Amino acid sequence: MFRNDHLKTIGDEEKKWTEDLSKILSEIPERLSRFSTISDMEIKGLYTPKDIQYLDYSRDIGFPGIYPFTRGIQPSMYRGKIWTMRMFSGLGGPEETNRRFHYLLKHGETGLSIAFHYPTLMGYDSDSPMARGEIGKCGVAVDTLKDMEILLEGIPLDKVTTSMTINPPASILLAMYIVVAEKQKVSKSQIGGTIQNDMLKEFIAQKTLMLPPKPSMRLIVDTVEYCTKEVPRWNTISISGYHIREAGSTAVQELAFTLADGIAYVAAALERGLEVDDFAPRLSFFFDSHIDFFEEIAKFRAARRIWARVMKERFRAKNPRSWMLRFHTHTAGCSLTAQQPYNNVMRTAYEALAAVLGGTQSLHTNSLDEVYSIPTEEAAAIALRTQQILSEETGVTNTIDPLAGSYFIEALTNRIEAEALEYIQKIDTMGGMLAAIERGYPQMEIAEAAYHYQKLIDEGKKVVVGVNKYATDHPPITIWKMDPEIERRQLKRLREVKEMRNGQKVRDHLNKLRGAAEGNENLMPYIVNAVREYATLQEICDVFREVFGTYTDPGMF
Amino acid sequence: MTPERKIRIMVAKPGLNGHDRGAKIIARGFRNAGFEVIYTGLHQTPEQIVAAAIQEDVDGIGLSSLAGAHDYLFPRVVELLKEKGADDIMVFGGGIIPEEDIPKLREAGIRGIFGPGTPIEEAVNWVRQNIKPKK
Repeated sequence: MFRNDHLKTIGDEEKKWTEDLSKILSEIPERLSRFSTISDMEIKGLYTPKDIQYLDYSRDIGFPGIYPFTRGIQPSMYRGKIWTMRMFSGLGGPEETNRRFHYLLKHGETGLSIAFHYPTLMGYDSDSPMARGEIGKCGVAVDTLKDMEILLEGIPLDKVTTSMTINPPASILLAMYIVVAEKQKVSKSQIGGTIQNDMLKEFIAQKTLMLPPKPSMRLIVDTVEYCTKEVPRWNTISISGYHIREAGSTAVQELAFTLADGIAYVAAALERGLEVDDFAPRLSFFFDSHIDFFEEIAKFRAARRIWARVMKERFRAKNPRSWMLRFHTHTAGCSLTAQQPYNNVMRTAYEALAAVLGGTQSLHTNSLDEVYSIPTEEAAAIALRTQQILSEETGVTNTIDPLAGSYFIEALTNRIEAEALEYIQKIDTMGGMLAAIERGYPQMEIAEAAYHYQKLIDEGKKVVVGVNKYATDHPPITIWKMDPEIERRQLKRLREVKEMRNGQKVRDHLNKLRGAAEGNENLMPYIVNAVREYATLQEICDVFREVFGTYTDPGMF
Repeated sequence: MTPERKIRIMVAKPGLNGHDRGAKIIARGFRNAGFEVIYTGLHQTPEQIVAAAIQEDVDGIGLSSLAGAHDYLFPRVVELLKEKGADDIMVFGGGIIPEEDIPKLREAGIRGIFGPGTPIEEAVNWVRQNIKPKK
């Protein structure tokens, strides 16, 4: 990007500056012997054109909406449309969560995001012994279509898009959503939304586990194939780095493992016989926005550039939409502190700003009390307002990719890209992500990084305000507690649904599903038929477990 | 004279939540401190944890919970240990545990409770002071 004679002058000037600086530093040394990001990547004090001398503007940066999309996926970015404000919500039963949805929509939220409770996430009904102590606590309990009907009451499914954080039973929740839409007279070709449906990162990090890796991949490809034909506006997989990062990875690992997961899904769908340009435009991504501001912005920019090249060069996609890395961002839960919880508002605001400067398509902002429990209404409202202040007061949405051209940001983008590509290559050499997971490779890399970071905090080399520095006592804040009545109501409803439904029809559909699972057919139509008759989530998952077996985390540390 | 046995600790994840970052860090920290560490892996029922603890003849069980089910799962482990006559195994726990839940957990027999932000060293020292290896 710079002329050679100009670079030489800059080099000479930098040399002089460094000499002057070292004189000053001999008297007043820098505060630290080493400066690094939260991922412990060492950072220099100053960046100049020399750090990006090999960068080619047209090839590597270019224009928003144009390959390789470093500057953003839409030509007008936030000048055209603000990101979707999508607050991850789920509490108690479907009634409470439906109320929360309406509350947030009334306050300006623009998309829904459903958090399910653990039994649903793991494929158990509320009346399972596995659900004891867990009902409604970390999200909403959904056992049958009935719960989903209550959950989505009064939500126009042809207008509002919904993201569902659900993995092993993703196909079942999608089926329930389709049937609720049917009942609203909205066809499945009109509905829009996302299922997370990313099992690879479950094995790596989030660990909501049910089936072994291979049948898990089959179910995922089933949903991709089905939606490509039947639910064209649905994002079939939300390939997620968030949980990898929250488990303690570095920014580079988050990026590399996520993109390697993406590569594995594309390969699996191609193996099924799908055309890359038919399904790739509906793949989306989901990243963490951690507290290290510039590292995150560079990560998002690098993500788009790598994915565009992977899709175009490796998978020979022709449709520009297949090259675009669209992503949702969730501010970093693991950066929040239980100590001095009001500080979390500030942390979340910086993280949200990084996500926006990184060009996110949708955003969840954590509530200050989310470190303790599900947020209260008041805390969730502050978190939503944080996004609104960002979008409507700060002016950061006026200019597209405003940090492009910064020597530091571009150098950091390059470096994160290069280091992520090294990881991806290593995983390719191992035989792809499934093979790497079986060896425990990403799991151990993350455990290593998490332990390293904890040591840095324990040694005071990284500061967490209110925890290892400026610690003070603070009065407890009010946190959300689940009313025990919710559990009783949920169990009662499940009993009633089981009594009211046509048991014979349910058994027939489950048997047909079993037959299809034992063969090679796409399971989605069978699942849709079963949920329509109010088969429970667990009844369907039990069929999967019987046919495919189960998977237990090996517990490496 | 036989050398003194090392402290044997089981780090366990009761319930369905998969947040194992803390459990793995503490398991490593204990191992580096010279304890023998058994990590159960995820999604263990209290029954499974107690059976494994007895079989492995551990001196203490460290429970980790980050999803709000500690109020049922932690006391249940202590209860089962009593039923099996293994209440010489000391139980402690950590994770996201609101202040107001702590007295109830202590009453139920959870001897040490470690909230978010606890340095590894603090947990290690607590174990050294409170848990003695069986003879």
